[in-house]
Order: sequence, then C-alpha cells, then structure tokens
Amino acid sequence: MKLVIGIVRPEKTNDVLEHLFRCEVRGVSMSRVQGHGGELERVETYRGTTVQMGLSDKTRFEIAVSDEFVDRTIEALCEGARTGEVGDGKIFVLPLERAVRIRTGETDHGAVTPVTA
Amino acid sequence: MTGVDTGDTAWMLIATALVILMTPALGLFYAGLVREKNTLNTFMMSIAALAVATVTWAAVGYSFAFAEGNGIIGGFDFAFLHDVTFLPREGTTIPHLVFFAFQASFCIITTALVSGAVVERMRFGPYLAFIALWSVLVYAVLAHWSFGGGWLQENGMLDFAGGVPVEMGSGFAALAAALVVGARKDYGRQALLPHNAVYVILGAGLLWFGWFGFNGGSGFSTGQGSVLAFTNTLLAPASTLVVWFVLDLIRGRKVTAIGAATAIIVGCVLITPAGGFVSPGWAMLLGGAGALPSYAVIVWRPRTRVDETLDVLAAHGTAGLTGILFIGFFAQESWNGVSDGLLYGNADQLLWQFLAAVATPLYAFGMTFGLLKLLGLAAPLRVTEGEEAIGMDVGQHGEEAYATGEGAILIRPVDGDEKLLKDAGLEGVPVANPA
Repeated sequence: MKLVIGIVRPEKTNDVLEHLFRCEVRGVSMSRVQGHGGELERVETYRGTTVQMGLSDKTRFEIAVSDEFVDRTIEALCEGARTGEVGDGKIFVLPLERAVRIRTGETDHGAVTPVTA
Repeated sequence: MTGVDTGDTAWMLIATALVILMTPALGLFYAGLVREKNTLNTFMMSIAALAVATVTWAAVGYSFAFAEGNGIIGGFDFAFLHDVTFLPREGTTIPHLVFFAFQASFCIITTALVSGAVVERMRFGPYLAFIALWSVLVYAVLAHWSFGGGWLQENGMLDFAGGVPVEMGSGFAALAAALVVGARKDYGRQALLPHNAVYVILGAGLLWFGWFGFNGGSGFSTGQGSVLAFTNTLLAPASTLVVWFVLDLIRGRKVTAIGAATAIIVGCVLITPAGGFVSPGWAMLLGGAGALPSYAVIVWRPRTRVDETLDVLAAHGTAGLTGILFIGFFAQESWNGVSDGLLYGNADQLLWQFLAAVATPLYAFGMTFGLLKLLGLAAPLRVTEGEEAIGMDVGQHGEEAYATGEGAILIRPVDGDEKLLKDAGLEGVPVANPA
C-alpha cells in the first residue's frame, strides 16, 4: 500500500480527475494549496504597489492505493497534469502503514479497494 | 431659454445617470456568471465600453445616428459635438447636450452587452479595437434606422427605447461574435459554472433600477409616453419573473436564483421597444408570454456547439425581437397617441415591425461577423490555451479579483515608476520595503 501525493496546477484538476477515473482509481482526496516549486514568479500591480507572487495556487491530490495501482495512478497524474511548462507539479509516493474503512472496519487492502457492489 | 422645459430636463439628467449605472451593473452581472479567474477581465469589458464607446460616440457615432443623412446613416453635422449646445434638440424640450448624453449612455450599455458572447477567451486589446468600430458601424447605424430619422422610423416602425439598436443589435451581434471568436476550450467538456450568484442577482437588480431611466427617459420628457413606459418597466419584468418561476418549477422542480436574475433582464428587454406604446395590461401579457421564447433559447443554446457564453442572444436578441413584433399586434393609439397595431385594425404597423425584426438581425449579425473576421486577420482575437486555463485576470491584467496577499512579495518600483516619481518631485522618499 502506498500513499500517492500529487501536486498539480489548479486548472488541470479536472483533467487529472478524468484520467484517474478512467484507470479506475476512485478513492481521492483533493485540497487547494499554495506553494513554490521554482516556477517563474508572476508580477501584479495594484495602484502604486507592485508585488511579486512568490506562491502559486496548486491542487493537492492524496490517493491511497494498493501496490498494483501505484503505477497507473502516477501515470494518470502525469498525463492529466502535464503542460510541459515549469510549474506542472510533483508526485510523491509514500509507504502506508495502515488503512481502515470506517463504515465496515475493513483494513488495509480491503479498505483502499473501491466498493464495486 | 426658448423651448427648453426645466422639468423635462431635470428628469432627463437623472435618467441619463440611471442608464450610465447600468453598465457597471452589467459588469457585475456578467462577472458573477463567469469563473473566478476571469472576474476582472469580464468586468473590465463593460468598463471598457464606458471608455471607448463614449469617445467614439462623441467623435462620430452620435452624428452618424442623429445628424441628417440618408435612410441608412446620418451625416457628419454633429461630429465632435459640433452644434450640440444648450439649445433644445429638434423635436424635444431638452437641451441638445442632454439628449446627446442620454443617447451616449445607450451606445455604451449596448456595446458592453456584446462582450457577453466572448468572455473568458478574447484578448483585451483586440476587444478594445472591436468595440470602437462596433459602436460606430453597428450601433450608430441601427440607432439611425430606429431613432435618428432612418428608413424604419420614417416608415412608422415603432421602437420606444431600442428594441432595434440595443436589444436585437447586441443579441445578434453576440451570436456572430461567438461564432468568429470560437468556443472556450473547456466548453462542452467541463462544467463551467457561475462563480458568484449574488453578483448576478445584484447586477440584475441594479440593471432593472437603471432601466427605469432607460425606458422612462425614452420619451425625452415627463409626458405620458415616459410615464407609461416607466410603469410598464415595473409591470412587464414582474410578469416575466412569475412565468420564469413556473417554467423553472416545471423543468427542474426548483425555482432558481440565476433564473430569476435572467428573468429580470428578459422582462426589461421585452418592454424596452414597447414601453410607451402598449397599455399596462398588454405590457403584463408581453412580460409573461414573452418569457417563453427566451426561456426556450436559453435551454436550447448550451446543447449546441455555439459558445455564446452569457446568452446575449436569448436575453436580448430574442426578447427584443419578441417585443418589436408584439407592438405590431398590440399597440394602441388611445394609449400612445401615435398608432394602432393589428389588433386595433392597423395591419401596416405589423408589417413594419416585421421588417425591422428581419433587417436588424441580418445587419447586426453580418456586420459584426465581417468586422471580427477582418480584425482577426490583423491580430489574434483569442489568448493562448495556456493563458485561457490560467485565467484572463492574471494573463490580461496582472491582477486577481480575490487577491489574498499570501506569498506576495513587495518589490522595488519598476523603472518607469521611478521616472514618474522624479517628475512629481517625490524622488528620494523612502520606499517602505525595498526588495
């Protein structure tokens, strides 16, 4: 079991979701975050004040998957999020110790496998 | 001063200000309907009309619309406000200057309306060029046909406050603009939802408020036509709202807020051409029954590939056409002192209303289509796909509507600023937070 964290452009959120659903990854959490990943900084001007935006809006996906799903999850994230420009984001894969489905008490593999019935 | 009536003038000054308010109100209405990342760009498209269309109107637009000319277009007599003075405008009891300003406010709001078709993707520079030309080549010409002694007015076509130039003009131009500029890249692929419904309702409410000046001022006096139009501007949109509620209930089992905001606009548009010509009872019928075609177009349009984004065609083109035709049936000389419609025995009226309803869409659509095609040859009309994804606010204006300031680092003024400060004698004043 792994926890896949993908940090992507907010405007690519829907594309990523589409790719994830297509490869049958159904358990996803998403949050809006701000970060800095070496992309070119944007300059904005408000009346006399000029500022450099050091943080960019990003979307963070957290996806807990069983081992056989890890590769296709990463592939889906890459395909959905890539534009080729600096700032497309990062993917981190972490080992996952335990997982519990609250409703049924199922653990681990059972807990990260989507309910089909 | 001979011929100027103070009461009429006082009302027309206020009416002009009311119509001017409609343009920022439209900006708010449109801004609420788009996605968060395009809020400012959408709003700025309306504000740009206040800038550009006012200047073009003063330069030649007003003259093309209201100076003597032929049946199609006016001449240059009033270009650059030549001869527009304190003396009353011919046929009215208000100073020519007030008449000019009132008509300018119409040109501005109409020009801003067209932006609804191209929001979220059109580059700001080409947009400015487009509205500069459109306000003269389309709006001023149609205004001449309808108000300035052009062929429709000469033949007795009735249009109280702009069903021809304002409503059909903007609606069918919007359709052409949407076709030339093309759909947004996400259109039909993703749900593109309004980001702030409260803006939409507030914008619609302010538009309705301003519309009392728009219709109520179109009699250029405090006379009976103005009074009738004013009250009809209350009655018709209220009827439209009621019918819209029912249609919403039938279609989705719920009355929607954005539907209500749309209904207010549709109702105001319906009564715009007919305001001073039909009885209050017929105005209520127009508001109620006239909701149906616009509602149908609003439901149908998103199923097509035409990304006429904010449904200017449904709300303005369709409702304006309905209102213009309605006059042909229900105009009543006992109320308007001018002419009867078919129902009261005057079939000719319907004929001319019908011709207006055919010629106006053709001209507005054709001219706008050609104009944008030509502009498209000179410069790309759209932003890149990447910029469209990031949003127009950051891309076109370098600002955000809802900036939080998180991650914003204050930087040294840019070179140009230093020169500005030096010229203003402010050089050497300490910078708060030098980078």
